[in-house]
Amino acid sequence: MSTFLQQLVNGLSLGSIYALIALGYTMVYGVLRLINFAHGDVYMLGAFAGYYLSRRLQGSEPSLTSALIVMAGAMLTCALIGVLIERFAYRPVRRASRLTLLITAIGVSLFIENGAQLVFGPDPKFFPSLAPRADVRLGPVRFTSEQLTVILVSFLLMIALRFFILRTRTGKAMRAVSFNLDAAKLMGISTDGIISITFALGSALAAAGGVLIGMQIPKIDPLMGIVYGLKAFVAAVLGGIGNVPGAVLGGMLIGVSEVMVVGYLSSSYRDAIAFGILILVLLLRPQGILGRVQKEKV
Amino acid sequence: MALLELKGVTMRFGGLYAVNDISLFVEPGQLYGLIGPNGAGKTTVFNVITGVYTPTAGEISMDGESLGGKRTGRITRHGVARTFQNIRLFANMTVLENVKVAFHCRQAARLAAAIFRTGTHAAEERRVDRESRELLKIFHLDHLAEEKAKNLPYGSQRRLEIARAMATSPRLLLLDEPAAGMNPQEANELMDLIRWVRDQYGMAILLVEHNMKVVMGICETVHVLDYGSTIAIGSPAEIQRNPKVIEAYLGGV
Amino acid sequence: MKRLAAGTGIVAALWLANGLLSGSLVPALGISPYFLQVLCLAGINIILAVSLNLINGFTGQFSIGHAGFMAIGGYSSAFLTVTFGDRIRAALGFLPEAGQNGVLLLTGLTVGAILAAIAGFLVGVPSLRLRGDYLAIVTLGFGEIIRVFIVNIDAIGGARGLSGIPKLANFFWIYLFAAITIVVVSRIVNSSFGRTLIAIREDEIAAEAMGVDTTRSKVISFSVSSALAGIAGALFAHYLMYLNPNSFTFLKSIEIIIMIVIGGLGSITGSVLGAVLYIGLTEGLREFAQYRMVLFSFLLVVLMIVRPQGILGHWELLAGLPRRWRLGVDAPPPVRG
Repeated sequence: MSTFLQQLVNGLSLGSIYALIALGYTMVYGVLRLINFAHGDVYMLGAFAGYYLSRRLQGSEPSLTSALIVMAGAMLTCALIGVLIERFAYRPVRRASRLTLLITAIGVSLFIENGAQLVFGPDPKFFPSLAPRADVRLGPVRFTSEQLTVILVSFLLMIALRFFILRTRTGKAMRAVSFNLDAAKLMGISTDGIISITFALGSALAAAGGVLIGMQIPKIDPLMGIVYGLKAFVAAVLGGIGNVPGAVLGGMLIGVSEVMVVGYLSSSYRDAIAFGILILVLLLRPQGILGRVQKEKV
Repeated sequence: MALLELKGVTMRFGGLYAVNDISLFVEPGQLYGLIGPNGAGKTTVFNVITGVYTPTAGEISMDGESLGGKRTGRITRHGVARTFQNIRLFANMTVLENVKVAFHCRQAARLAAAIFRTGTHAAEERRVDRESRELLKIFHLDHLAEEKAKNLPYGSQRRLEIARAMATSPRLLLLDEPAAGMNPQEANELMDLIRWVRDQYGMAILLVEHNMKVVMGICETVHVLDYGSTIAIGSPAEIQRNPKVIEAYLGGV
Repeated sequence: MKRLAAGTGIVAALWLANGLLSGSLVPALGISPYFLQVLCLAGINIILAVSLNLINGFTGQFSIGHAGFMAIGGYSSAFLTVTFGDRIRAALGFLPEAGQNGVLLLTGLTVGAILAAIAGFLVGVPSLRLRGDYLAIVTLGFGEIIRVFIVNIDAIGGARGLSGIPKLANFFWIYLFAAITIVVVSRIVNSSFGRTLIAIREDEIAAEAMGVDTTRSKVISFSVSSALAGIAGALFAHYLMYLNPNSFTFLKSIEIIIMIVIGGLGSITGSVLGAVLYIGLTEGLREFAQYRMVLFSFLLVVLMIVRPQGILGHWELLAGLPRRWRLGVDAPPPVRG
């Protein structure tokens, strides 16, 4: 039983990261009906941004302030990158066919991955430790300080996002755009601006995920966005793509199932699990757990 | 027994009753008009009949055979063809090809014959080609046969939609606002065309229209909807005098 | 009769070309083995691109798992020839070696094609109900799952790969099947069945309303497309003599998509062009290895912004020929009146 609870904790910790990335996918799909293939790579860029920033701050003691600076720095950098991607790659093709959008997204993704390999070098880097180690025991379960940080920070960010979407005017505008872009435009909402903000937010959250993962599993490399990105995407679809709480739910479920399968079955099927879940969802309930069926108007 | 029977059909989207307890009977060869203010549920009725939506409640049958829950393709092969409110032609295919697609409605395309180019395939292609061109001639579209559908003027596109629907050899033709965007002369030609189609092929025609001149001019029975419910059914003369209908359209004083 | 003559002519020309290029006919004329390999891989790409175009370009469905079917074709045919090769050869003792090789290859190709077609059917039936983006993701998922399964089956080498595959494929066989693929796909497209596919691409709801059984059409074209990919995989296996699951990742599927998008989605000629261009660029820029992919992906995005219909759009090389050449039937008598 204690192993089960431990695995659960591990799963929640991993799931929080997936959730942070999944939120970006789901928000962008919500406003643009675009699967942003490049999103996983933004997550990777966040991890690297955090890496280089923390190297800059090296010398000073690992402390809460430096950790916050690294996190904030990475988030800001990626927010900017997200906005730039949207502005120069996606906006020109916004009205094009679905396949064109898909190919463009794939192109951007490949560009970032290969560019990163070129600029950073293909070898993995090791994330320096940012916060002092302090494991916590809660009954039979052990939380490493990294796990605690991941769960806490993710939780805080998600609450902040929820507040933003539900309570602020911009958040309301985002929801309006996700329902009907043209109608929102007619209501006087600056849709370009809202879309940029959506990308900025999603990318910032992914960057946070990148920094958190860097803290937890110190090894980062330019291709890490592929697998994590795909799994986070599955999480978004599982929860209902376009649905924000769904992304969180999906992320947790994927994280927990992955840890359980590896723990109780076999680690060689770790990556296939996400795909298996994806296919089951799409075949049995394509709108996801919390999504609504979209009826096309004839 | 009528050709098309709708009994107590209801279509609900969440909390909205787009169509509520509609009963409708179309006899073979009848010209039946469906009218009502915008949002009354007319296209929803079409979509329910053609299987785009599965009705929340009620029965739909054609010649006694139930249509409810069946896929659109099957319903078409059963003898119900339609045109669309927003023209849905195969834009990048030629006028001729648009019609040819519909001609193959009842015959499963034989892949092996296509790959090996057998004699049967060639003969079949010739037959379909001939019949399609004849149909285009009837609709005065034969001179545009090799033109891409998207390049056609609006009126011709509407005619092509009807021609294409006709190629499926329907017993019931559903026309969704065929006169939309037409000037009075075009509308008159359309009325003649619809009447001619009915007389020539003996098919029933169910028509949704806003153009009152067209509806009252050719329909034998007019069915009025408002907010998803039936408010009147009768001959054009009766409907024009019906106070409930007048109120629905003019909003009451 | 005309067609038979043309066919024989093409086969003879290919056989001749194979002999010349590989130096087996006239030793002095042989070209460098490297260049020959690039040509052969280009031929395999042509089969992949044209077959994928049937589904993505002409039927308008997003499939990004093509590499999975290639893998099935490759591994199943290789398993057959590696395991049963000797026994089959023994049974064919009366044939000369070239003949034995040919039969063995064709057997392998048949098995690969059939299994890939079955896989295509099994994947297609549940998936093709889904809308655009979702279909793309499901096919991607299936492609990956196929690959993960292959990695975990030791009998076919697993992660180490499968080696010792007899070299049965060469320029002749590859380009023969490339030609066959082109003919088959263009005949499908220019037929009544092909019309239903294009109608589905143009407007699936309208196609359904005109009586087309869209699911049946989509599944059939998906299965045919997968079978051809299986043939490509089998040829690939018997040319390189070694198979590794890493050759069949999602990235491979993307490469094929790039080929058909560059060439033009609605054009078979475009797919051939795209396949050749892609391998030309990949090999030509090989020395710039690192920069190659960066440049490529950048150009891809630019292409989507500037000319999304690809280089050739819907244009076909032989479209300008009189109708009788294309459909193989006499042109219909002109309609009077």
